[in-house]
Amino acid sequence: MADTTAETAAGARPEPRVAPPATAGGLLRRAREFALVPALVVLVVLGAVVNDSFLTQRNIISILGASAALALVVLAESLILITGKIDLSLESVVGIAPGIGALLVIPAASAGFGTTWPAWAGILAIFVVGGAVGAFNGFLSVKLRLNAFIVSLAMLIVLRGLLTGATKGKTLFDMPDPFFSIATTTFLQVPMSVWLAVACFAVAGFVLRYHRLGRALYAIGGNPEAARAAGIRVERVTFAVYVIAGVLAAAAGLCLTGYVGAINANQGQNMIFTVMAAAVIGGISMNGGKGTMTGAVTGVLLLGVVDNLLTLAQVASFWKQAIYGAIILFALVISRVTSGRAQE
Amino acid sequence: MTAPLDTAGEAVPIVEAEGVTKRFGSTVALADARLRVLPGESHALVGRNGAGKSTLVNVLTGIFPPDGGQVRFDGTPAPAPGDRDAWRARVACVYQKSTIIPELTVAENLFLNRQPGARGVIGWKRMRREAADLLAAWDVQVDPALEAGRLSVQDRQFVEIARALSFGARFIILDEPTAHLDNAEIERLFVRMRALRESGVAFLFISHHLQEVYEVCETVTVFRDARWIATAPVAELPRADLVAAMTGEATELGREAGRREPVTAPVRLTVSGLSGPGFSGASLEVRRGEVVGLAGSSASGKIELAETLVGLRRPASGKAVLDDRPLPFGDVRKAMDAGVGFVPRDRHAQGLVPELSVGENATMTIAGRLGPFGVVKPGRLRAEATDAIADLDIKTSGPDQPVTGLSGGNQQKVVMARALATGPGLLVLINPTAGVDVKSKEALLAVVDQVRADGTAVIIISDELDDLRPCDRVLVFFHGRITAEHPAGWSDRDLVASIEGVS
Repeated sequence: MADTTAETAAGARPEPRVAPPATAGGLLRRAREFALVPALVVLVVLGAVVNDSFLTQRNIISILGASAALALVVLAESLILITGKIDLSLESVVGIAPGIGALLVIPAASAGFGTTWPAWAGILAIFVVGGAVGAFNGFLSVKLRLNAFIVSLAMLIVLRGLLTGATKGKTLFDMPDPFFSIATTTFLQVPMSVWLAVACFAVAGFVLRYHRLGRALYAIGGNPEAARAAGIRVERVTFAVYVIAGVLAAAAGLCLTGYVGAINANQGQNMIFTVMAAAVIGGISMNGGKGTMTGAVTGVLLLGVVDNLLTLAQVASFWKQAIYGAIILFALVISRVTSGRAQE
Repeated sequence: MTAPLDTAGEAVPIVEAEGVTKRFGSTVALADARLRVLPGESHALVGRNGAGKSTLVNVLTGIFPPDGGQVRFDGTPAPAPGDRDAWRARVACVYQKSTIIPELTVAENLFLNRQPGARGVIGWKRMRREAADLLAAWDVQVDPALEAGRLSVQDRQFVEIARALSFGARFIILDEPTAHLDNAEIERLFVRMRALRESGVAFLFISHHLQEVYEVCETVTVFRDARWIATAPVAELPRADLVAAMTGEATELGREAGRREPVTAPVRLTVSGLSGPGFSGASLEVRRGEVVGLAGSSASGKIELAETLVGLRRPASGKAVLDDRPLPFGDVRKAMDAGVGFVPRDRHAQGLVPELSVGENATMTIAGRLGPFGVVKPGRLRAEATDAIADLDIKTSGPDQPVTGLSGGNQQKVVMARALATGPGLLVLINPTAGVDVKSKEALLAVVDQVRADGTAVIIISDELDDLRPCDRVLVFFHGRITAEHPAGWSDRDLVASIEGVS
């Protein structure tokens, strides 16, 4: 693994003193990353007991497929939260990015723009829209120094309104197959959308832990002035995080489109609450500078399992929301107790 | 000196602590602590970081109940731990960190949670009038309607003192009150302290600046390693003995500003006609291995110039050349790549990321060099951090310890490690020893001698004369311009005179 040329080139001392082994503090921090695992195990056991079909391969794949889009948005939001910002408008990006991609492709007869771009261009447009929205959010929050919370709330409403306006409130169906294939194609019986989410989390987890850019996010979220004085380009990095988050939310939009098989003007609506809950339950601090991808993943899986259990239990759909919300509230309390530290 | 003689029946001490002990788990924070302050006395409490001063303050203000021993105010035992009102009526502490709420007015801060009015409805007019009366009674010239956040540090302290007095307290603890004041302000604080002592107010004065202890206090109590060591009138305790009592060994405080040969090495940094907010027309040269000090009062522009050189600020005009290349402005990363390393003005605001470990903070400037393609190899990070911990003698359990667990002096060493990690050609140290104990001061300044031997050019910006003693020469800023230059061997009086602009 060691790349000795890089070591000497970096001007390190020829023989660094032997570093002491990881301390108990490090182990404790590791343990906190997995604080949700016991709760997850309890839920899975509970599910297996109350419902025979819960632990079937089909159901597990269905949980993963249903969670893929949520996972990608949670990843995007986690990156922004660690940097010390917030972006509520990601849920609207989940709708508008694939929406515009579809409108550029489908014929005017199906409520499209009439441009009838080829499918690949439409899919590329989805990511461009996501990145552009992220860049605009970054511009407002980083360059103009507007309050990230309220600005992204405004963007949430604007983008939702734009999608509703552009589709005239209709649901879009007539997209070509590539728009759905990410959720319909499988590898080892698992949808590609799940593999995409896994890959994104793996890359993000590695970068956050082992790359200077990832560590820069923690430094900026923890103390932006100290980060600046250490030579980190605070504005540039924060801006880039917004753009990356926008692209990830667009990818989530594509996954959701494939999962649902259509684009509704409400696609992604109210998703941000679940996203925030998953991130906070997973130990991402709303004040920035703290949290890991392992935590975020367990947060997503926990909510995915709960949602699935409620469906299997055939809870009356009128009551499902209230119960789901109450369970999230309960989970927040539990994670506060098990992690032993205040949620910020 | 008006203090009554220390004999039985002569005067009841306003505060008296005897045999106070306090432990946190297995750590002994205080063992047999003693203190005796008479009415109208100005009493210094000195000791290195970790000597137990903060714990004693917390015991004296009722925040920590002691495990053993006694605290008496005016001869009566201290109030019950939870009785905040009773404590407030006896003692108050003006901390370095403000306990003023910046968004509220001065008047509301003075009467917070006890606003005058009828049945909980606040009488705003009455409150402003009473606040004005209160401030006038103690001769504090501050507009009660002003937003408290807009007060200067000095006025903020005066408001906090007035608030304490209005609760009836006549014993006031000042925790490093001069840390953020310039010389004129320090003098005003001392004048105010003397005036209040005439009215019977006693002070416990905590400071790392020993000359202030001699200037404003009549008695000094020394703590070391959580224990009481000595109490004596300052007139009977020469400076060397005081330092010996603090450190437990006979150390020369600071180094003597020995006469140095003029440095003839080639010029490394040339600053010409640099102007920006706070300073104008600054020109100076620093040679290889030379150490140049910048002195001046807090608004003299010295910090602004330093922050311009390190890339934190952009100048209006002028240029700087480091190692024959123009120094880029307004971008810390570029300045660092050009060879500048620096310790920022305030380690809490700009020096440390509290959530991160000692190792990550110490290597933050070289995160891009710890592996290929920007990958940070944990082993490399630990090795670099372990080296820095050993080189600077940082007291820590290891690179993984959260940086917040360190004492002030060791935190500052981590900030120093961060500055040195890049191997800078120009090292800029802004207030490098602010709020650290005598031993850490020595260690931090010893770094200067090490790096100058490697040819690094060093600029030290500080309000403390002791920090400037290692300098080959000291440039003095006055109202944004360099007005004087003192070669090594300057006398304190001459330097202070040009800082004050009276030379």
